[in-house]
Amino acid sequence: MKPIIELENISKTYGNVTALQHISINFLEGEVSSLLGPNGSGKTTLLRIMAGLEKPTSGEMRFESARVDESNINQIRLKTTMVFQKTALFSTSVYKNIAYGLRIRGCSRRETDEKIKEVLKTVRLEGYEKRPAKKLSGGEQQRVALARALALDIDVLLLDEPTANIDPKNVSIIEDVLSWVNKEKKTTIVVATHNVFQAETLAKRAALLLEGKIVKVGAPQEIFTLPSKILESYARLENSFSGFSKVTGEGTSLVDVGDGLQIEAPFEKAGNVTVFVRPEDIILSSKPLVSSARNSFEGRIVQISDLGPVVKLKVKAGKDFIVQITKRSFIEMRLNVDSRVFLAFKASSVQTI
Amino acid sequence: MGNEIIEGFLKALQLIFSGDPTVMEISARAVLVSGSAMMLSVLWGLPVAVLLGLKRFPGRFLAKGFFNAMLGIPTVSLGLILYLFFSNAGPVGFLRLLYTPTAMIIGQAILITPITVSFIASAIESVDPEIKDLAKTLGASETEAAIAVLKESSNGVFLALTASFNRAIAELGVVFMVGGNIAHLTSVLTTTIALETNKGEIALAIALAIILLFIVSTLTLTVNLIQRQKTRPIIELGKKIPRR
Repeated sequence: MKPIIELENISKTYGNVTALQHISINFLEGEVSSLLGPNGSGKTTLLRIMAGLEKPTSGEMRFESARVDESNINQIRLKTTMVFQKTALFSTSVYKNIAYGLRIRGCSRRETDEKIKEVLKTVRLEGYEKRPAKKLSGGEQQRVALARALALDIDVLLLDEPTANIDPKNVSIIEDVLSWVNKEKKTTIVVATHNVFQAETLAKRAALLLEGKIVKVGAPQEIFTLPSKILESYARLENSFSGFSKVTGEGTSLVDVGDGLQIEAPFEKAGNVTVFVRPEDIILSSKPLVSSARNSFEGRIVQISDLGPVVKLKVKAGKDFIVQITKRSFIEMRLNVDSRVFLAFKASSVQTI
Repeated sequence: MGNEIIEGFLKALQLIFSGDPTVMEISARAVLVSGSAMMLSVLWGLPVAVLLGLKRFPGRFLAKGFFNAMLGIPTVSLGLILYLFFSNAGPVGFLRLLYTPTAMIIGQAILITPITVSFIASAIESVDPEIKDLAKTLGASETEAAIAVLKESSNGVFLALTASFNRAIAELGVVFMVGGNIAHLTSVLTTTIALETNKGEIALAIALAIILLFIVSTLTLTVNLIQRQKTRPIIELGKKIPRR
C-alpha cells in the first residue's frame, strides 16, 4: 500500500501553546488507522490539519505525493472529509444535510436522491430523508454526519471521536459501518479516539499521541506493551487499578487493589499487576444483584456527568469506578448523588495492562 | 374632543376602505422608499456584517462598537448632516438630490445600516462555529462556506431586515429634512401624519397612522410565521416514522 497522506515534521502552536510537536507519520491508502490519546493530546488538531482546516506552523503535508498548500487545498478538501466529535449539522432536513456536499460536486438531482437513499441505508436510517436533522437523537445525528461523509465517495475519511458521548447501540452501528466502508469502498480511514478498544476493533495501526508528540506507532495491541507509566498518564484509561495478584486455582486471579477491594480477573498471574475494566462493561443496579458476574460491589454515586444519551457516573465502592449507563436507565432508577448502587462485572471483562 | 376623535377615526376608515388616492399614493411611496433603503443597506451592509461575524482581525471590536453605537443615532441629527451634504452648498449639492425620493432612500439606508450590520453580524456569530468548518470539509470554498453560515443564521438575517424596514418606514427626521414632504413627490406616511396633525386634518393623519401600524405589524407577523414554518418539524402528521 502506498501512502495517501504524508506528514513530515508537523508542528502547530497557538500563541504560547504548543499543540503538536514534530509529527511525522504516513497514512496508507485503504488502511484504517487510529490516533490514540487522552483529551488535549493533539488528536483533533492533527485531524484538522489533515482535513485542510488548519495550517501547520511548520512542517509539510503531502496528499497523494503532492505538497499541500493554498493552491490545491480546495481540491484536497474534495477528496477528504471529516466527521466531528460534536456532531455538526445544518439546521435543515436529513436530506439537505447529505445533499450539501453532493451539490458542491455538481451531482444531478437524480444522482443525489439515489446516493442519499443508499447512504441512509448504510447507516440504517432508511426513510429519514425528510426529518429535521437536529431533532434526531445524538447517536442518530452522528449517523447522519457519517452518511453525509460517505455520500461523497471520498478517498480519506477523518473521524474525531465519532462515538464519544453516544449510546452503545449507536456505537456498534457506527463501528460496523466504518469497517464495511473500509472493506467495500477501500476508503482510507483515520479515527481519533481515546478508546483503546475501539482502536483495536477498527484499526490495523495506531499512533499514540501524548502532549502533542507521537509516542508510538504500531498495532493497537502493541500500545499495551508500553511501560505502565506512559499508559497511566493516559488519563482516559478509566477504571484502572494496580495491586497484588494471587492465582485462585480456577483459571482466574484475585487482584487486591487496596481499600478492601479484590477484583477477579481472567488470567493466572501472581505478583504486581495493573487491571482495568471498561465503564460500559459494568452493570449498575439500584438493588442488590443476583448474577453470575464474579465481581460485585456496593457503593455510592459521588459524581454524575450527563453526556446526552448516556450518563457517566463515578461510584465510590472502596475505589472509584466510572460506570456508563443510558439516560433512560438513569431516569428509571431515579439516581442521584449519594444514591446507594450495586456494581457487577464479569471476570472476563477485566483486562490487564 | 371625544366626538372629534371618533369622527376622525370613522372618516379615516372610510378613506382607507374607499381606496382614497392620496392615502394610497403616500402609502405606496413610503413602502417604496423604505423598501429601497432596506435593500441599499443590505447591499453595502451585508458584506460588512459577514466580515465582522466571520473573520477575526485587528480593529474588529472597534468596528462592531461603532455600528452598535450608531444604532441610537438621532434621526434629526443625521437628517441635518445629510441636508448639509445634499444642499447646494454641500459637497454633493451638484447632484441636485435634496428634496427627492433618492435623497430619502440614501438617508434612510444610512440610518438603518447599523441595524442591518449589527443584527446580521450577531446572527452570524451565534451560529455554531463548526458550521463553517463543516461546509469546508464537505468541499465548500471560503465563499460557499460563508454562504452556508449565512443560511444557518437566516432567522437573525430576517429579523435584521424586518427591524431595518420598520425603523426606516417609521422614522421622521431624515425623510423630513432631506425629503421636505412635498406633495406628490416626497411626502411619506410619517411626514404627512405630522403635517396633517399640525393642520388639524385629524382624519387623514389617523388613516395614515393606521396604515403605518398595519404595515409594520403585518410585516413582523408574516416574518414570524415564516420563521415558525421553517423551524416546524417536516414530518407530516399521522405519517408513520420508519423504525430501524
